[in-house]
Amino acid sequence: MCGIVGLYLKNKALESQLGALFEPMLIAMTDRGPDSAGFAIYGDEVADDSIKLTLRHADENYDWAALAEKAQIELNTGVEWFKNSKVAVFKIQTSAAIAEAFVARVAPDLLILSAGQSIEILKEVGLPVNIAETFNLKGMKGSHIIGHTRMATESAVTMEGSHPFSTGMDLCLVHNGSLSNHNRLREELKREGIVFETENDSEVAAGYLTWRLQQGDSLNEALTSSLKDLDGFFTFTIGTRDGFAVMRDPIACKPAVMAETDDYVAMASEYQALTTLPGIENARIWEPEPATIYVWERNSQEGAK
Amino acid sequence: MKTINLTEQTVRDLNQALHDQAIECTEREWEVLEPKGQHNIACGLDQNLSVDIKGPTGYYCAGMNKKAHVTIHGNAGQGVAENMMSGTVRVKGDASQAAGATAHGGLLVIEGNAAARCGISMKGVDIVVKGNVGHMSCFMGQAGSLVVCGDAGDALGDSLYETHIYVKGEVKSLGADCIQKEMREEHIEELTELLNRAGVDEDPVAFKRYGSARQLYNFKVDNTSAY
Repeated sequence: MCGIVGLYLKNKALESQLGALFEPMLIAMTDRGPDSAGFAIYGDEVADDSIKLTLRHADENYDWAALAEKAQIELNTGVEWFKNSKVAVFKIQTSAAIAEAFVARVAPDLLILSAGQSIEILKEVGLPVNIAETFNLKGMKGSHIIGHTRMATESAVTMEGSHPFSTGMDLCLVHNGSLSNHNRLREELKREGIVFETENDSEVAAGYLTWRLQQGDSLNEALTSSLKDLDGFFTFTIGTRDGFAVMRDPIACKPAVMAETDDYVAMASEYQALTTLPGIENARIWEPEPATIYVWERNSQEGAK
Repeated sequence: MKTINLTEQTVRDLNQALHDQAIECTEREWEVLEPKGQHNIACGLDQNLSVDIKGPTGYYCAGMNKKAHVTIHGNAGQGVAENMMSGTVRVKGDASQAAGATAHGGLLVIEGNAAARCGISMKGVDIVVKGNVGHMSCFMGQAGSLVVCGDAGDALGDSLYETHIYVKGEVKSLGADCIQKEMREEHIEELTELLNRAGVDEDPVAFKRYGSARQLYNFKVDNTSAY
C-alpha cells in the first residue's frame, strides 16, 4: 500500500500557497505510506537555454559552493544554486546533456534526482510529516505538485527506492500498486540502455516510460503502451512540465479519487487527503475510470481523457 | 438525538457509543458531523438505530451492519455496507468500489453511481443503485438482488450463482456465464417491491433481467463424481 497525491492549480493567484495547500494532503496519506515520502514540485522555470538539476548527496555538509564554482569555470557559464537539506537545486545555462555529463564526471557520488526547466524532486526516508518539515514544503511556491507516501513492498526502504522517480526531462512518476513482471522488464530495458538504481518495481515503470518517450512516443502513447506491457496493478500519477496525468490499470484495484473546482484539480488515493482543500465541499468529485488516461495541463484547462 | 462531531471525538469513540446501544438502547437517533472521509465509521452496529452521517465517508462505512439505518449524506469510500446482515444503508452521493461486498441481508441504496465490483460476492443483500455501476459488479453474486437504474460496466455478473440482476440502461459486457433472461410477472413484482423499498421512482417494465446460465463447473452434476 502507498499513498499518492497531486495538486494542479488553475488559479495562478494560489501559486504562492501551493506548498501550504499540499502539505496536509501528503501528511493525510501517512497511514498508507509511513516509511518514506517525496514530491515533485513544478515552478520557478529556467529559460529554455538553461537546465535545472536537483542533486543529492548523502552528506548534508557537502560543499555545493565548490561544485557551483567548478561548473562556472569548466562550463564557462552562469550557475545559480540553492541548498535544501541534502539536496541542492542547480540552474545552469547550458544543455541537459552537458550539465549531466559534468556532474557524472566531477561528482560521480551525486545522485541526479531530476532534470528539466521546471521540476524539482525531493524525497527521503521517514514519516511524511518529517519530510515536509525537512524541506519546508509549506513555504514552497509553484504551479503544480505530485507526491507519494511509501509502504515498501518490492524493494528496500531507501531514499533511492522512494518516489517520485524521474522519467525524463520535467517528467516524473509516482505509483501505488505493485508490478509482477518488473524483473524481466528491467532486463529488457537495461538492454535498451535504461539505467536502474534499485530493485524497485516502480522504478521499472518509470524506466519504461523514459524508454517509450525516448523512442518518440507522446506521453499518451507511452501510457497506452504501458497498459499492455506492464503486468500488475497500479494507479500512476505522472508529473509533466505543464500539469499532471493520472492512469489506473484495467482492473483498478488501487484507489484514486479526483476533485476539481474553478481553482484547482486534485487527485489522491483517498478522499481523506482532499478534505483540507478550499471549497472541497462543492468540488466535482469522481473516481478515474480504469485504463483511462486523464491529463490536465496549462493551455488545456479541461481534463482530457 | 445525539450528535457526535468527528473533529472532536474519534471514530473509535463514535463506534463504541453506537455499540453500547446494542446492550442497552438509550438513544435511537444519531447524527455524525464532519466525517471527512475517515474509515470505519458506524461499523458493526447491532441495534435498531437511525444514524445520519453528514458528509463523505472513507472505507467500510456501516460495514457488518445489523438492524441499523445508516444514511451517508455525501460520497462513500470503498466497501460501504460490506458484509451487512440487515437494516438499511443509504448513500446520497456516489459509492467507491466493492459497495455491499459479501453482504448477507438488508438494503443498500446508492443514489449516485457505484464504482467497480458493486455487490461482489453478495450473499443475500438487496442493492439499488440509481446511477451506474462499474466493472465486475455482482462478481460471484450468490443471493439477493442488484438493481441498476443507469448503465453497468464490463463483465457484469461474472461467475454468478443465484443473485437477480436488473439493469435499466446499457450493459457494457456480461461476465462469464451471465445471460439476459426473460422478465416474467414474478420478476416485475420483485423489482417493483425493490424500487418501492428503495424509494426510487422508475418503471419496472423498462428494466432487463440478467442471471446465471448455470453452465460453469459448479453447476454440472457430473462433476460430483470427482469427490
